[in-house]
Amino acid sequence: MRIIQSSEVAKSVIAKESLFILDVRNTDAFEDWKIEGERVRHLNVPYFDLLDGIEEIEDQLPKDEEILVVCAKEGSSILMAEILEEAGFSVGYLLGGMKAWSEYLEPVKIADLKSGGELYQFVRLGKGCLSYMVMSGGEAAIIDATRMTNVFTDFAKQRGVKITNVFDTHLHADHISGGRQIAKTMGATYWLPPKDAEEVVFEYAALEGDMSIQIGDTRIDIQALYSPGHTIGSTSLIVDDSYLMTGDILFIDSIGRPDLAGLAEDWVGDLRESLYSRYKKLSKDLTVLPAHFMIIDELNEDGSVSEKLGVLYEQNHGLNIEDEKEFRELVTGNLPPQPNAYEEIRLTNMGKIQPDEETQREMEIGPNRCAVR
Amino acid sequence: MNTTTFLDAKGLACPMPIVRAKKAMKDMQTGEVLEIHTTDKGSVSDLTAWAASGNHEIKDQQQESDVFKFWIQKG
Repeated sequence: MRIIQSSEVAKSVIAKESLFILDVRNTDAFEDWKIEGERVRHLNVPYFDLLDGIEEIEDQLPKDEEILVVCAKEGSSILMAEILEEAGFSVGYLLGGMKAWSEYLEPVKIADLKSGGELYQFVRLGKGCLSYMVMSGGEAAIIDATRMTNVFTDFAKQRGVKITNVFDTHLHADHISGGRQIAKTMGATYWLPPKDAEEVVFEYAALEGDMSIQIGDTRIDIQALYSPGHTIGSTSLIVDDSYLMTGDILFIDSIGRPDLAGLAEDWVGDLRESLYSRYKKLSKDLTVLPAHFMIIDELNEDGSVSEKLGVLYEQNHGLNIEDEKEFRELVTGNLPPQPNAYEEIRLTNMGKIQPDEETQREMEIGPNRCAVR
Repeated sequence: MNTTTFLDAKGLACPMPIVRAKKAMKDMQTGEVLEIHTTDKGSVSDLTAWAASGNHEIKDQQQESDVFKFWIQKG
């Protein structure tokens, strides 16, 4: 029996390799959220239905291919993998289960920057979160970091760069930010839009329009990019005059939802203004780098998630709704379910509650659901 | 609630609470009640789903600090 790491699964999802998964979690959990990929095939049978034997599913399992057994934490998948191995199947189990999958970040290089330096995207395949690191002249900035802070600090250390600035484009509702923690550990400045920070209980630097911050030789330009709608403070960043970090306002195949702070009706106008006016004035050659992806089809060949702004104005349905009333209906009516524990996640990101690590994990279980399509 | 069999599964991680519950249920008659105590958070949804899958009925369910208590009637 092979022990399979999340990193190996991530690489095979990105390479679009064939992968057979026996997911032994409850059907509800499986239907809510699973490992997805273009050539990933699943069989979901809860482990308790297999304790007496696997005869009933034997003919649904591949004989000439390794079976990846997956459960919530790994306990039942080890037991099931043992049973399958005894029956002659080639098996592996996912180390740490879906919990580990949810926390795994795959670093993907986006570009060498014009002014020197590099831009990396950290793809959280299990949850659809995207974080960024800009490295230039021995310094680094991190944007929309997840709570797995050591991934970012270790990466910076390996590259020999010092983290000087940490940004959150908005107050997140779907995942717990690691930004404040990284800034504290590294002695860096933590930036947050003040309009999203009215209730926070910690010190931060105000991220507002008309300012630009230098990272080594690279300019991170925040000018005129206050872009409310998903939250009232949402602010976009332009890096090196080429990359537009849209936070949760604009995604590749969808747009941000305005309701996660309970103010959908109030913010729908801001969202329309940001998408149909503010962004429209920007260069179509900017590469959009969002804070999320929703479906695995949004991944490029190399595993990155990005697209030219011009292309999005042609292809993203959410940017092509002429009628304002229709737009309003799309983003306020018929919304997908809200992310798991989103209210507690907002409180955590405000510093108002301090759940332990195990509770933080539980709070983040499931897909991110920050978009409307 | 008339408990027929009591199972202490505190401190056990998935899948053991269900494995033990299943074993205990095997020796019981239809209509008898298994009382089980667990501490694993995942056991709450797992016991619920397992009971439904085996046509057992959850008669009562309580939480006392970190301990989850279930009374499951064999179907």
